[in-house]
Amino acid sequence: MSKYRNLIITSALAATLGAAPAFAEKFGLGRTALPEEIAAWDLDISPDGTGLPVGSGNAFDGEELFADYCAICHGDFAEGVDNWPKLAGGMDTLDHEDPLKTVGSYWPFLSTTFDYVRRSMPFGNAQTLTDDEVYAIVAYILYSNDLVDDDFELSNENFLEVEMPNAGGFIVDDRLTSEAHFVREPCMADCKEGTPEVVMRAMVLDVTPEETKARKVQELMDATKPDADRDTAAVAETAVVAEAATEEAEPVAEEAPVEEVVALDPEMIAKGEKVFKKCKACHQVGEKAKNKTGPVLNGIVGAPAGAVEGFKYSKPMAAAGEDGLVWTEEELTAFLTKPKAYMKKTKMSFAGLKKEADIDAVLTYLKSFGQ
Amino acid sequence: MSDSFKAKSPSRRQFLSGAAAVGAGVVAGTTAKAAGPDPLITQVQDWASGTGDGVDATPYGLPIDYESDVVRRNVEWLTADTISSINFTPIHALDGTITPQGCAFERHHSGAIELRKQDYRLMINGLVDNPLVFSYEDLERFPRENRVYFCECAANTGMEWAGSQLNGAQFTHGMIHNMEYSGIPLRTLLEEAGLNAAGDLKDKWVYVEGADASSNGRSIPMEKALDDVLVAFKANGEALRKEHGYPVRLVVPGWEGNMWVKWLRRIEVTDQAVESREETSKYTDTLEDGTARKWTWEMDAKSVVTSPSPQSPIKHGHGPLVITGLAWSGRGAITRVDVSKDGGKTWETARLAAPGEKMAMTRFYLDTTWDGEEMLLQSRAMDDTGYVQPTKAELRDVRGLNSIYHNNCIQTWWIKSDGEAENVEVS
Repeated sequence: MSKYRNLIITSALAATLGAAPAFAEKFGLGRTALPEEIAAWDLDISPDGTGLPVGSGNAFDGEELFADYCAICHGDFAEGVDNWPKLAGGMDTLDHEDPLKTVGSYWPFLSTTFDYVRRSMPFGNAQTLTDDEVYAIVAYILYSNDLVDDDFELSNENFLEVEMPNAGGFIVDDRLTSEAHFVREPCMADCKEGTPEVVMRAMVLDVTPEETKARKVQELMDATKPDADRDTAAVAETAVVAEAATEEAEPVAEEAPVEEVVALDPEMIAKGEKVFKKCKACHQVGEKAKNKTGPVLNGIVGAPAGAVEGFKYSKPMAAAGEDGLVWTEEELTAFLTKPKAYMKKTKMSFAGLKKEADIDAVLTYLKSFGQ
Repeated sequence: MSDSFKAKSPSRRQFLSGAAAVGAGVVAGTTAKAAGPDPLITQVQDWASGTGDGVDATPYGLPIDYESDVVRRNVEWLTADTISSINFTPIHALDGTITPQGCAFERHHSGAIELRKQDYRLMINGLVDNPLVFSYEDLERFPRENRVYFCECAANTGMEWAGSQLNGAQFTHGMIHNMEYSGIPLRTLLEEAGLNAAGDLKDKWVYVEGADASSNGRSIPMEKALDDVLVAFKANGEALRKEHGYPVRLVVPGWEGNMWVKWLRRIEVTDQAVESREETSKYTDTLEDGTARKWTWEMDAKSVVTSPSPQSPIKHGHGPLVITGLAWSGRGAITRVDVSKDGGKTWETARLAAPGEKMAMTRFYLDTTWDGEEMLLQSRAMDDTGYVQPTKAELRDVRGLNSIYHNNCIQTWWIKSDGEAENVEVS
């Protein structure tokens, strides 16, 4: 709390706090929160264990849960996939260039891990894990950081005994002292020795998104060929750069699927689009759809299973595809009702759609995206 | 100055983008001496003869098509997924200080959710006399205030720590917006629930969280909570946009954007910081020796030239030039902005469009002339605490190279003789 004491010097604020008992009259708005309501929302867990639910889980079970629910983003060994957070490793790298900050190497409190997994994970399906499952997953994350053995069981009883390697690695904001020298008279002339020179350029690194370059190419084309015939040599030369700029020209291509849509009920499509929000964390549809955590779903209704190009399926899904499984509406309905029951070990960490009407709507929506 | 710099030979892309501005400049810069009568004047144009749209054409107006490039943009390689990501305000193309909601940057941790007013609930619990639940309508019945504040992501300019990376003010400094909020002082709501149960308020906190799956919980010291924090439901006069937390968000003046919890659903009075994910694993600042600063809430004084800049090159000819930019400080009001054209060797004081307001953006102008000389353009903000915006080298001296957040260093744009600009670092 020393940070707080630093700030309180401000006299106005000190007065504010001193006046605590003399609060203004109340407006009588709102209603008393019921204990059940507070219990449902007050889930935060403090470093001293306040808020921890009763329960336990071991690293062995956690490994299986992690493979089912977490590995698709965080990797089987919590090492991270693509740009997704790495949860393990990085010990002793904090003073290196590009330190690797993981639960093991950086996070000061275990309570933070439990709190976050229980409330916000799995991504796109938060608050679906039981407390015991969360204990098991947290135990596995500790194990993946070599902080416990594989038979370790984590519970509310032994939670505070786990030592986090970087617990002592933080200091409270000290800018007001360590950077006090930035309070100064600004220099106006001869502020540098010699003539300032360019020592690094963003253009050399070349990581700026293409749109802005594309805009400039567009300007070039406008400036040099203000009228019609743009599809000549200049365009061919700039084709690579202009890729992003062609988006504007694309609506023509989008007209094709519209015909197929005609037979579908627009209201159902709209309803399905809403339901699809539950899927969007992992799946994309439409013209620019790419494989993400889950495969692109264009044309999925009626398509063979496990067949989207470039997507790495779970073994059972790939096998089912090879065995000739086709995503008919019936099969998809069964899958979406309870994915893990339909196909054990599917990568799809989704609890399922409870309402049949939601499934119908989402299938209609998916059908509106031909191929 | 370019002689002293050993650049790689320009790629085709750079050549093309450079050539683009020159071409555009030729077209645009012809007003001084007319070669002949301007047909835009001498001929009757369609718009002067026919009619335009009726009043029912756009019940809610959007910018005209000609401004369609003034939009938020994201940088794909920054994050794994757009659902937990950030985009950038097109500050290079805006003027004044108020950011329109439609192009104000977004940062979500679990995507922008849709939460109806009638489904909205705000709970206050913890160390209060009477834990309360408010509906949206309840909130509208409390006395409210209007205040203009900037909201800057702690990671703004974070990609530039190790060196110049992104070529555009939108990308280097666009994780910021400045809006007029209508909302209730958090203090009013805390007092409605009653703080006697909290006892001595000096060591108490409020923990705030959102209704989205990330919840994005943050701990705020009681002192700040009782000072100037707002529970806001309007921005720039209209309802918050979904991407900014509709229907209700927290406004934490001067403090890092991550604390401005969106879709605010719960406020808990606690006797300790919760040390949530967003205040331990993220939004902490690793120093050179591997220790990290935590609770670095205030945004230091900072400024940037928004034009000319890489996305807003000089397209007109020589002569009058308006250099403009934005300045802000999380510790108070901007009192002065200086501009350097020579990479920080000499400075001149810019004109503030209006006197600085606490924790709000200030627009500055330097009305100057330009005759095609190269410039290493910089701006330097001062706030009413006497703090002067540091150079990148000065910041690195204190913090090393491993920080991500709170990079408030002086930015340099290299303005070339053709008016093109590039993000660079200088000696």
